[in-house]
Amino acid sequence: MAKLRIEKLWKRFGRTEVLKGIGLELEDGEFVVLVGPSGCGKSTLLNLIAGLETVSEGRIFIGDRLVNEVAPKDRNIAMVFQSYALYPTKTVRENITFGMASRGVPRDEQKRAVSEVSNLLHIEAFLDRKPAELSGGQRQRVAMGRALVRDPDVFLFDEPLSNLDAKLRIEMRTEIKKLHQRLGKTVVYVTHDQVEAMTLASRIAVMDNGHIRQFDTPEMVYENPTDLFVAGFMGSPPMNILTGRVIQDDGLKIVVSDDEGTIHFPVPARQCAAVEAYLGREVKLGLRPETISRAGVSEPSPDLFTFERAIDLVEPTGPDTMLVFTLGGPAAVARVRPEDRAPMGATYRFEVDMPRAKIFDAATGKRL
Amino acid sequence: MRRAERHGIVRPRTLSTRIFRIGLFVILGLFVIYYLMPLIVMISTSLKSLEEIRTGSLISLPDAVTFEPWQKAWASACVGVRCVGLSPYMWNSVAMVVPAVILSTFLGSINGYALTKWRFPGANAVFVLMLFGAFIPFQVVLLPMARTLGVLGLAGTVTGLVLVHTVYGLAFTTLFFRNFFISVPNGIVQAARIDGAGFFGIYFRILLPMAPPAFVVTIIWQFTQIWNDFLFGVAFTASFSNPVTVALNNLVASSTGVKEYNVDMAAAIIAGLPTLLVYIIAGNYFLRGLSAGALKG
Repeated sequence: MAKLRIEKLWKRFGRTEVLKGIGLELEDGEFVVLVGPSGCGKSTLLNLIAGLETVSEGRIFIGDRLVNEVAPKDRNIAMVFQSYALYPTKTVRENITFGMASRGVPRDEQKRAVSEVSNLLHIEAFLDRKPAELSGGQRQRVAMGRALVRDPDVFLFDEPLSNLDAKLRIEMRTEIKKLHQRLGKTVVYVTHDQVEAMTLASRIAVMDNGHIRQFDTPEMVYENPTDLFVAGFMGSPPMNILTGRVIQDDGLKIVVSDDEGTIHFPVPARQCAAVEAYLGREVKLGLRPETISRAGVSEPSPDLFTFERAIDLVEPTGPDTMLVFTLGGPAAVARVRPEDRAPMGATYRFEVDMPRAKIFDAATGKRL
Repeated sequence: MRRAERHGIVRPRTLSTRIFRIGLFVILGLFVIYYLMPLIVMISTSLKSLEEIRTGSLISLPDAVTFEPWQKAWASACVGVRCVGLSPYMWNSVAMVVPAVILSTFLGSINGYALTKWRFPGANAVFVLMLFGAFIPFQVVLLPMARTLGVLGLAGTVTGLVLVHTVYGLAFTTLFFRNFFISVPNGIVQAARIDGAGFFGIYFRILLPMAPPAFVVTIIWQFTQIWNDFLFGVAFTASFSNPVTVALNNLVASSTGVKEYNVDMAAAIIAGLPTLLVYIIAGNYFLRGLSAGALKG
């Protein structure tokens, strides 16, 4: 078990800069998820931690040891790959013991480790099969078993659930979380799935274009995104981001207008001080779908703001129904209870919980 | 065949398609006969006595089968002035083809592995240059190679020929293995590196067991190329070290009086037999491996 510290890390491939000065510090036993869109550099960062790529600039510490020049096998890490990367000609047992055999671990110790891990992951039944004879979920378990026997300081996961079907993915997600709670090892986990990030992480690092945009707990990342990118990336369906102008009209208002008319969203009292400076200028107003509901459903409160719009589309998902409507240009989504649904085309009274709205600088994208 | 027994894509069964198919198989049958004819003539001629060849027709089957021409071709026919048959030259060819195939295949597989799994700056340029080697005509390398063999003191020896074929074959074997290993996911190599295996550890313990199909293809290709080569053989060996292809040519060319067609035919079949054998053995293994699913990643 160990801390992981990354200082001012740069990675360049020729002229392309993939990582641009990454800094991260993981506590011992923490589960950190690197999340971001394709090409943001998250897998590269993981490969640098693993030693599968060479650092261009900056330093990586595992525990107190600088590992920039240390070979992957000597970093005391274990990695689970998206493609599982099992050795196809070896049996499950040989896959799990390959690393120990390479390091010259005695046979009886290998045996004990295999039985312990296979017990933990429920893979005893197919220890003598080849990977080709296993299902996707079983292969995933074997890949995790191979990592577990290493008993490493740091576990690295590279999108381990991406190749599984939806149901298995959720099952394995739960198992990974249980496993982490049981073993208490430091984990770095890469995914592009923000739901996975939210459910697994003790802290999330949201990456974009070689930078870490925000590194914080899932709750903070979701409720207090530092900028438009984080706000737009985390959450499904994503946050509605409206462009509006700040005016003074019986208190500060954000005016959003489109073909269906103009709406004056009141700026919540808590944020007035920050927004005042933007008087007469454009800002971005972020409203999460779940903060928009049917008017009159919640207890009346001065924080609730009501407006009307025609429904363009109805998307039932089961537990919730998504109402798609036009608001300031792009389509906006409201997440309502199924019983609050209305037919397509009908005019609907929406209600927004304004204190949960996020306001961003239109030019820089920074949260106000 | 009844409709219910057929498998696969549905085809229309009209009169015209039926006529078309019959015509198709007639033409294919003619091709088969056309291709088989020379072999049949060769075998039947090699089993006839000279007397029968002179009196009978080319395509008639032998009346009295005799193996004497085969014995003569193997052990006593004159190759140039040496009347010892093809057998010593067969052994020359074996002594050439076995090390040359093993060396070129092994080195090619290492090349392909390094070019795909241990990427280094300029790896693509190196590969293109190696590929270019596959397009260099034999004739171009004759003189420089003769000089090289002379300097190395290997001129006129089977060892020299092994070197020539190994070097010349590398372009092809590298190409085959590079194309095979590029389909192996890099994650496997990365996982093995984290597991602590090195360059050769990963090659011998992970990738080699995955590569039998590539080996079979490469071995068949290299064996056929090297065994059948005439130009390098005739250019770089002296009479005693000639491979069988050159010896066959000399055997057919050195006739004393009567031309012994039966011996020539037997000798030609003997010289071609090993490649046939490799196809049967390696090809069979290849199919077995595929159907057993042992090669599936």
